[in-house]
Amino acid sequence: MDPIIILHAGIATGTVLLFACIGAIFNERAGILNLGVEGMMLIGAMAGYSVALSTGSAWVGMIAAFIAGGLLSVAHAVVTIHFQADQVVSGLSLTFLGTGLSTVLGEGLSSQAAPTISDVTIPLLGNIPFIGSVFFENHSPLVYLGYLLIPAAWFYIFRTRPGMTLRAIGEKPEAADVLGISVYRQRYAYVIFGGCMAGLAGGIISLSVSPGWYSVQTTSGQGWIAVGLVIFAQWNPVRAAIGSFLFGALRRGILDLQGPATLFGFDNPLFINANLGFFLKMLPFILIILALVIGSNQARRKRLGAPAALGVPYIRGERGL
Amino acid sequence: MRLEIEKRVDDLPWWAPAALSVGAVVLAFVVGGIIFKLIGGEPIRVFGFFIRNTFGSWPAFSDTLVKATPLIFTGLACTVAFKMKMWNIGAEGQLFMGAWFASFVVLFPLVSPETSRWIVIPLMMIFGMVGGGIYGFIPGWLKARYNVNEIITTLMLNYVAFEWVNYWIFDQWSDAGFQMSPTFAKNAWLPRLTDYARQFRAFSGITLHLGVIIALIAVVIVWWLLSKSQWGFEVKLIGDNPDAARYSGVHIKRNIILVLMVSGALAGLAGMIEVTGVVHRLQQQISPGYGFTGIIVAWLAKLNPVAVILVSILFGALIIASREIQPAGISQMLQGLILFFIISSEVFTRYKVKLVRNSAAVVGAD
Repeated sequence: MDPIIILHAGIATGTVLLFACIGAIFNERAGILNLGVEGMMLIGAMAGYSVALSTGSAWVGMIAAFIAGGLLSVAHAVVTIHFQADQVVSGLSLTFLGTGLSTVLGEGLSSQAAPTISDVTIPLLGNIPFIGSVFFENHSPLVYLGYLLIPAAWFYIFRTRPGMTLRAIGEKPEAADVLGISVYRQRYAYVIFGGCMAGLAGGIISLSVSPGWYSVQTTSGQGWIAVGLVIFAQWNPVRAAIGSFLFGALRRGILDLQGPATLFGFDNPLFINANLGFFLKMLPFILIILALVIGSNQARRKRLGAPAALGVPYIRGERGL
Repeated sequence: MRLEIEKRVDDLPWWAPAALSVGAVVLAFVVGGIIFKLIGGEPIRVFGFFIRNTFGSWPAFSDTLVKATPLIFTGLACTVAFKMKMWNIGAEGQLFMGAWFASFVVLFPLVSPETSRWIVIPLMMIFGMVGGGIYGFIPGWLKARYNVNEIITTLMLNYVAFEWVNYWIFDQWSDAGFQMSPTFAKNAWLPRLTDYARQFRAFSGITLHLGVIIALIAVVIVWWLLSKSQWGFEVKLIGDNPDAARYSGVHIKRNIILVLMVSGALAGLAGMIEVTGVVHRLQQQISPGYGFTGIIVAWLAKLNPVAVILVSILFGALIIASREIQPAGISQMLQGLILFFIISSEVFTRYKVKLVRNSAAVVGAD
């Protein structure tokens, strides 16, 4: 129950959620809900692992993961943007497709060991007591990339011209269209970007944070947690980062409760009966539901909401609502 | 030449939705076959094998129907919820909770092994429905009270339900340390055709059980509820036009909770049917994802309760096939493809897609 170990592990597993969550923030800000994050993560994890095996380079694998997630999301983009299909159902089918495809193509991968990306320590910063050992010591390079991604995504969405366009096509696409912005093209780009990020998140799992390919257990529902975190984050990358890292740390902390024989001077019931651990495993999922309740409540009080056109297909030449 | 899409004003012929569904399934099999071929499989041979093992003989067809039965329930569960645009993707968890509650009757135990089957089975049905219903109430209440997205809550509750059942089969109800409950006494078994093999030789080895009849009754009830009752009208109104529903005084919040409870109860029945009709004990492997497949069943059936029966039989066959065909993900991949082609095909019901010459397009441009 060392707080440094728990927080350190939380940052590492939280990074996976962070990438998937920020990717989803972009496509949802553009007005397209993609529930297929879990499927895209699995495809990314599988493709990354497979390519790393065949090329011998984990970094090439990581790029493959990025591309694979993006490729799968093209299907969602075509169906929801051009065919105006229901985004919920299309996202669900993407999860089925991604899960099925990755199990089929990933057959036999688990028995082979692919190269992985090793952890690095940031000089100087890593020497700071406590903060250094939690944030800057022995982490995957992708963790540090994640640190950079948070302010970059925030700046892009809230402080740049393209970011303003992005918010416009998610709030009032017909107004954006009047201004000469190609709503379809932009939406395609952001859906594919979201897919790439989800794929990358998968690659981070299989090649760096907890290396290996374990079929559906590789992600074990983390894609869905990322989708839930987007709502908790109120479509803001900074809140997404807080949510992802906190959630990663809580998950690890909960698991660590099982280790010691005594907790706070009492006999640890979890140590005596390991089967009570099943209740611990429920906690992350219950916590996400609680986070959503809190998030929805706050959003209602501050009158913040989802992007107005989220989930609504844009049909050029038809009057918007 | 370029592709032009314009809004459809005329109505499609009556057979078009069915034709589109069949087309989507065929296309999914073709694309799935190509992928299978690319990874070195033999799609034609496997397809023949698939047909033989699912529809080729009476025992095989009976196995298919046994797998179709829980799908009818979960398909109906999703149909009811989707009619109101309530995205219940927690039918899998509701199924597990229904199975747990039904098992509670015999494992707690509320009844003795000597109690008449005519008391035990209906009691288990009620418990299964209550279990699933409670599990549908939670996301419904959260949605109505706090406006929490039901997609995420129903999904998260699936994982909670798995761990809940795990705890009981690993701990309290474990059968001599195995990760399953003891086998139920015979009074908690749904009657099967093979039980009557002594009177009718042809029934020998046929595993079809009473659950299929209960499923058909459920289809009739859901059909009546959705297309004949006042409540069904309200549900459809809220789904199609929530503003109109609000102005006409329909109680939306109450209906959100109610529709998810009905949906959960139907999925809970699927769990009850599986433990009493097929495995006769509570264990992890009661469902190969019936709850998730129910989503696709409902959509492929175009939210029509009667069509759910046919689609369930097709997907029951797919589940049988997935046990035999390697790699195991093939069936799930096919399910994803089918759903994808179905929603893509819907563009044809709303729009006309046609090829136009470039010169004509210039005239028609904006």
